[in-house]
Amino acid sequence: MPKDGSVVRLDGEGKPLWLVLELTYRCPLKCPWCSNPVDFDRCNGNELDTDEWKRVLREGRELGALQLGFTGGEPMLRDDLEELVAEATRLGYYTNLITSGVGLNEGRLVALKNAGLKQIQLSLQSSDRALTDSLIGATAFDLKIKVARMIKSYGFPMVLNVPVFRQNADQTAEILALAEDIGVDYLEFANIQYYNWAMINREELLPTRAQLERAEAAVKAARERLGDRMTIYFVIPDYFEGKPKACMNGWGSIHLTIAPDGAALPCQEARLMTDLAFPTVREHDLAWLWNESPTFRKFRGLDWMREPCSSCSEKETDFGGCRCQAYLLTGDACNTDPACGKSPHHGLVTDAVARAADPARTLKPLVMRTERAARELEREAEHG
Amino acid sequence: MTEIKQNHPAATDRYGVNPMYLFRWEDTQNAYVLLYPEGIVKLNQTAGEIIKRCDGEHTVADMVIELQQSFPGDDERVADGVYRFLEVFRAKGWIRRQA
Ligand code: SF4
Ligand code: SF4
Repeated sequence: MPKDGSVVRLDGEGKPLWLVLELTYRCPLKCPWCSNPVDFDRCNGNELDTDEWKRVLREGRELGALQLGFTGGEPMLRDDLEELVAEATRLGYYTNLITSGVGLNEGRLVALKNAGLKQIQLSLQSSDRALTDSLIGATAFDLKIKVARMIKSYGFPMVLNVPVFRQNADQTAEILALAEDIGVDYLEFANIQYYNWAMINREELLPTRAQLERAEAAVKAARERLGDRMTIYFVIPDYFEGKPKACMNGWGSIHLTIAPDGAALPCQEARLMTDLAFPTVREHDLAWLWNESPTFRKFRGLDWMREPCSSCSEKETDFGGCRCQAYLLTGDACNTDPACGKSPHHGLVTDAVARAADPARTLKPLVMRTERAARELEREAEHG
Repeated sequence: MTEIKQNHPAATDRYGVNPMYLFRWEDTQNAYVLLYPEGIVKLNQTAGEIIKRCDGEHTVADMVIELQQSFPGDDERVADGVYRFLEVFRAKGWIRRQA
């Protein structure tokens, strides 16, 4: 998941400092906010093999990449993960594993440590067993807690990643206490970004402003209590701020994501722009994809901007917000991100917030991330 | 009288890089870098030279002497700089005082 608010602002001087490998879209969980494409099974049987990933790693270092994320789907489903981590370590990356914890047993943890893995980011949805298991569509709460403690016992720095939505926002204090008990180094309350599965479930997931304010107060109290012991990231989501996020530090600026089938993406959500082509590492080397690909050049820099962005004093700070969000909500990626209060489309965002908070709205069940749901959604889209 | 543990570096202190961080030379940046969960710091020359000596071996006094040799001229300014930088780096969590 892109790290809203936790990315160090820096000028990559045109280098893809941050490389993210989505090793697979397969996952044993069914999170209804999943950021993977709705048709996530498109890459089944088509994933890059070990040697292809190793080539990506080599070419990434040649381009100056330093930070490396192994993610998915669930990267533990790849049994060559240890081999890829070892190769990445040899090449000089800072290696991060982003996992749900499912499949991370002690044997593999030791192997990953030996392969030089630097950091593990584990997702947790709630401090409550029943709620967690129902939200992720699997029995995994106890396992996640066990894995969290095991990660710490092997001395890995750990980020606990907690997606924030209506169902868990009021548990912030309990989650903070649980993280403290585990000995987490970084606790990240990650606002859901409403694309793909999260967009389908937006009305059921959006927290209320009052919830976010309570959560923020709990975070502030914990920061005062814990001082340096735990770093806590918490940002009020763009939907509530009237201010867009400086998405990915700008398009094609420092981030490069490779999808399971080798497609090069400026961010993990970019594939939802169905009118852009996303060539793969099977057709081109990484240098061409990063430097020459029309998709990466399209929104690089500030020249693509229109009003109100083009004459705005904020444009070098927030880069006009998120291109994917502009596309998804307005149908045109060149528009100002509707999360911005200056966007003529800002009403789309404030309406969604108001609708989700309306006590009279019809409650809908969460649509879980399953192949069956994907098929049904596809059929609905085809038949209008 | 109880002794108050000062946060300021002392001449006999030794520092080490926080084990959560990876510190190394990076050719593509022509600089020392610090890599850590979710972050990259590109260090300027002075910062790089100081952190290189946070190896658990050098005392602060050793560092000062070596840096005064590498950057001859104003010895007092170099010494001040080392102390000031160490304090900042420790506050940022990049380095830790060795027991
Ligand atoms: S969000 Fe949930 S379903 Fe999606 S990849 Fe992550 S763990 Fe799997
Ligand atoms: S108008 Fe554009 S540049 Fe200005 S604040 Fe809004 S998104 Fe940012």
